[in-house]
Amino acid sequence: MKGRHPALVWVGAGLVGIALLALPFALAQAGTAWVRITNFAILYVLLALGLNIVVGFAGLLDLGYIAFYALGAYVYALLASPHFGLHLPFWLILPIGALVACLFGVLLGAPTLKLRGDYLAIVTLGFGEIIRIFLNNLSQPVNITNGPQGVSRIDPFRFGGFDFGKSETLFGLAFSGPVKYYYFLLAMMMAVIFVTVRLQDSRIGRAWEAVREDETAARAMGINTTNIKLLAFAMGASFGGLAGGMFAAIQGFISPESFVLVESIMVVSMVVLGGMGNVWGVILGAVLLSFAPEVLRYTVEPVQKSIFGKSLIEPEVIRMLLFGLAMVLIMRFRPAGLLPSAVRKRELAERKG
Amino acid sequence: MKQSKLVLTLVAAAVGLIGCGEEKKPEPPKVAAPPPPSIEIKIGSVAPLTGGIAHLGKDNENGVLLALDEANAGKIKIDGKDAKFVIMSEDDQADPKVGKTVAQKLADAKVAGVVGHLNSGTSIPASEVYNGAGIPVISGSATNPKLTEQGFKVQFRVVGRDDQQGPAIASYLAINNKPKVVAIVDDATAYGEGLANEVEKTLKAAKINVLPREKGTDKTVDWKAVLTKIKGRKPDAVFYGGMDATAGPLLKQGRELGIKAVFAFGDGACDGDKMKELAGEAAEGLMCSTAGIPAAAADSKFLAAFKKKFNSDPKIYSPFTYDAANLLIEAMKKANSADPAKYLPELAKMDYKGATGRIMFDEKGDRKDPEITTSVMKGGKLEPVAIFKAGQTVSYEVFLKAAAAAPAEAPKPAAEVAKDAAKTAAEPAKDAAKK
Amino acid sequence: MDIFIQQLINGVTLGSVYAVVALGYTMVYGIIQLINFAHGEVVLIGAMVAFSVITALAPGGWPPLMVVAAGTMVAIPVCMAIGYGLERAAYRPLRNAPRLAPLISAIGMSIILQHLALLVWSRNFIAFPQIIRSEPYHIGGAIITNVQIAIIATSVAMMAGLALIVYRTRLGTAMRATAQNQHVAGLMGVDINRIIAVTFLIAAALAAVAGVMVGSYYGIAHYQMGSLLGLKAFSAAVLGGIGNLPGAMLGGVLLGVVEALGAGYIGDFTDNWFGSNYQDVFAFMVLIAVLVFRPTGLLGERVGERT
Repeated sequence: MKGRHPALVWVGAGLVGIALLALPFALAQAGTAWVRITNFAILYVLLALGLNIVVGFAGLLDLGYIAFYALGAYVYALLASPHFGLHLPFWLILPIGALVACLFGVLLGAPTLKLRGDYLAIVTLGFGEIIRIFLNNLSQPVNITNGPQGVSRIDPFRFGGFDFGKSETLFGLAFSGPVKYYYFLLAMMMAVIFVTVRLQDSRIGRAWEAVREDETAARAMGINTTNIKLLAFAMGASFGGLAGGMFAAIQGFISPESFVLVESIMVVSMVVLGGMGNVWGVILGAVLLSFAPEVLRYTVEPVQKSIFGKSLIEPEVIRMLLFGLAMVLIMRFRPAGLLPSAVRKRELAERKG
Repeated sequence: MKQSKLVLTLVAAAVGLIGCGEEKKPEPPKVAAPPPPSIEIKIGSVAPLTGGIAHLGKDNENGVLLALDEANAGKIKIDGKDAKFVIMSEDDQADPKVGKTVAQKLADAKVAGVVGHLNSGTSIPASEVYNGAGIPVISGSATNPKLTEQGFKVQFRVVGRDDQQGPAIASYLAINNKPKVVAIVDDATAYGEGLANEVEKTLKAAKINVLPREKGTDKTVDWKAVLTKIKGRKPDAVFYGGMDATAGPLLKQGRELGIKAVFAFGDGACDGDKMKELAGEAAEGLMCSTAGIPAAAADSKFLAAFKKKFNSDPKIYSPFTYDAANLLIEAMKKANSADPAKYLPELAKMDYKGATGRIMFDEKGDRKDPEITTSVMKGGKLEPVAIFKAGQTVSYEVFLKAAAAAPAEAPKPAAEVAKDAAKTAAEPAKDAAKK
Repeated sequence: MDIFIQQLINGVTLGSVYAVVALGYTMVYGIIQLINFAHGEVVLIGAMVAFSVITALAPGGWPPLMVVAAGTMVAIPVCMAIGYGLERAAYRPLRNAPRLAPLISAIGMSIILQHLALLVWSRNFIAFPQIIRSEPYHIGGAIITNVQIAIIATSVAMMAGLALIVYRTRLGTAMRATAQNQHVAGLMGVDINRIIAVTFLIAAALAAVAGVMVGSYYGIAHYQMGSLLGLKAFSAAVLGGIGNLPGAMLGGVLLGVVEALGAGYIGDFTDNWFGSNYQDVFAFMVLIAVLVFRPTGLLGERVGERT
């Protein structure tokens, strides 16, 4: 963005801002369902941004990222549902969830960050599965997570008399539950974008970059590589935890089956597709891939039906095939993603030259 | 011979009931103003139409389709207008996230009522949306007790709950096999664990020693370690809560290890052909339960109509979704309105004879005293051996006789006769049912 | 005691399957230091192809062993073709790319293979025709079946055959040279590309055999069966020391025994606080513990896997 006319940038940002604010009302015309779909897309953006810190900035491939999302969701669910009879307010639980996820991030990171990249990937994958298996089984002998039955009747966000689960009319506009969540998620997303963009240009961000490019050289330059990697893990994990808490509140019911390996892989593909290390690229990747099933449903299905008279390949399968193909093709032809980060672009140019 | 007699009586009963239903004429429309000639009533149907259990989802949808077709052919008048029922079928992919989104889609489209969802995992989050929009929703297949424990007035189900099916198979096991030690295994899914918990409760209430729970996953195919441990404890019976894909290998490996105990499964693994395919000869003697009455004993009129329309037999739950859709329509007829707020009270106090038997709802929206069938694999075929209803286990022959003997108009036919017949049933079952 | 011996038999059989899959991981890793994430999916394809062939031939009245052998003979070339394709399409172009690139590409390939299998063989669990009668043999109070014996024997034979190739042939010498230093081996006249391709072919053939073993042992196959099996086998390879052939065998058998004994006894040792529900955790625990405390594995020669 540098080098362009600053006024133009501000006008552009303003227009995007207005569009984002008006979006739910436009979507509500097509149906509140679309607002919900958008909300899930924003959750994926948050996840992808969190994972981007670990994968994109610090260059550590985390294949068990969804575990942190699960932890955040379960912390919220257990502290704001009839399961334990606790009903703490959301502004208290969301940070707790982020903190717990962060703690687990450090717990996982401390012993394993010494491992080389591909080993780390497999270990994080194992970690993700371990967390899910524990969530699934901690219903006995002491019932903590309620096991595979999941936790239901989770409280929506409430702020005084302002209940995110209910519709109300403000300033002559109808705000349904999903629309309220949309604004909350939007604000969260803006905050996370702001933090990650600032982080990238900070001392820490440059340290991550250094570690990613050449760990030995980074250490020689006086960077405490273990701590800086741990920090990336902890930050990524807490973003995941935050998103998980919001997921639990929006969904109202969670069970371990929402946090399977495929979800981790999905978030990784979003980061990879959009461009590892580039915040805007990652957002693009997340938005593209989370709307993909809906788009496919409205395009591929009718096309198949009109040609073959029935649906031969389900949209879900097409989506997964596209994920896989995207990962392979992008690594081969455009390793920096759709919107490569400036640094990556430079590196690739150098490597070729 | 027996079979044809049964069919005849059922037909007779059905005809009698239909006549009975016609006697209650719809109330004359209160609105005096000339109404528009027709009204379109949208009924939502939600099930996974893609993915691993898409075939079951399609079956559920077919049940609804048939009910709506029949209603449209019947030229029903609601509020003086010709009602035209249209299905709005949505695919929830058995994914809780998608489940909630499609529920919202149906709420956006202002459907009059919903039949679905198929899975408990999607039904529970979705019910909140329907509750918010005030749309009545009846599930024909979600068996998790939690669904109706949320206190939502709009939520109903016409299928038995896990905590009704568990006691059924467990009390049959207790009465028939009189085991001293039972091992219970589940697949650590909401369904498998839920069912296994209920079986355990019932068995413990009958003073039967239950071993510590063993678990696998819904993809476990190597059960040898678990089974070897179980073998060491010498149980008389092994119950497994899970689906057929894991139950088959469990059964086969159990026999390979020389376990002589009776194996009992829930409705997830009660498909005779599938179990034979997966476990081979080891499937002989298997005992399992299904919610509802056996397909052969279901309303023959429904079976014939279904076969005619879809050129296939109902798989599992389509009779239930058929009934669910009919319940919505009946309630609308009674209330003379398709407005959810108006017909919901009628739905709650419905007393309806459907393809799956008599349906009444309790205060939670669950079906009162649903039947559960227990079958045993004999000579490569699953044969119904007992029916469980209202806490009583009755042998299948007695049930058939009772059903045949019961006049359709009698107030509480099946239950009464079943009670008499149940004198033969042993005491543990009663204790068990009381919990 | 009978129960303990039975659990050992269970564990060794399961471990033999892990071992054959682990051999594939270890060969590829040994030569190009790449975790072939899609290896589990090659096993899956092997099982599925064998299933199709066995189902087609089962009613023909051939002797069961011949039917299974025919299934294996078809599965092996199919898997080899896939293994070769994987190497050419997803790994070779990325040989000099940053480390994570081939791994991500491999994950992509495994998703693609899995869903192609779904399209061909459906989402359902597929039941193998039960043509081999399992005959129990009693050892004390424990039982071992003919199928189990066959699996253990096949696994040992695979291992022996592989060792012969690697340590007794020119090809093997070239493979070992490539593993030690690609560049120098190239200078010595070894065709690196060919050697790497051959390694993938051998690994894929092993995967095909493993697929048939799993399919006919459990009598069931599913399009997702490859991923967890692959992960466990990878853990086994790491446990034994990745890149080390006897290590993969040892790691596989050990992991199988750990799982069987773990599922069988953890409940008794922890007063039923933990039970067989944690069976799948053991492999990951072993993996993490080995990588953290002894990254070279039990028999590993390679040092410097850390950073």
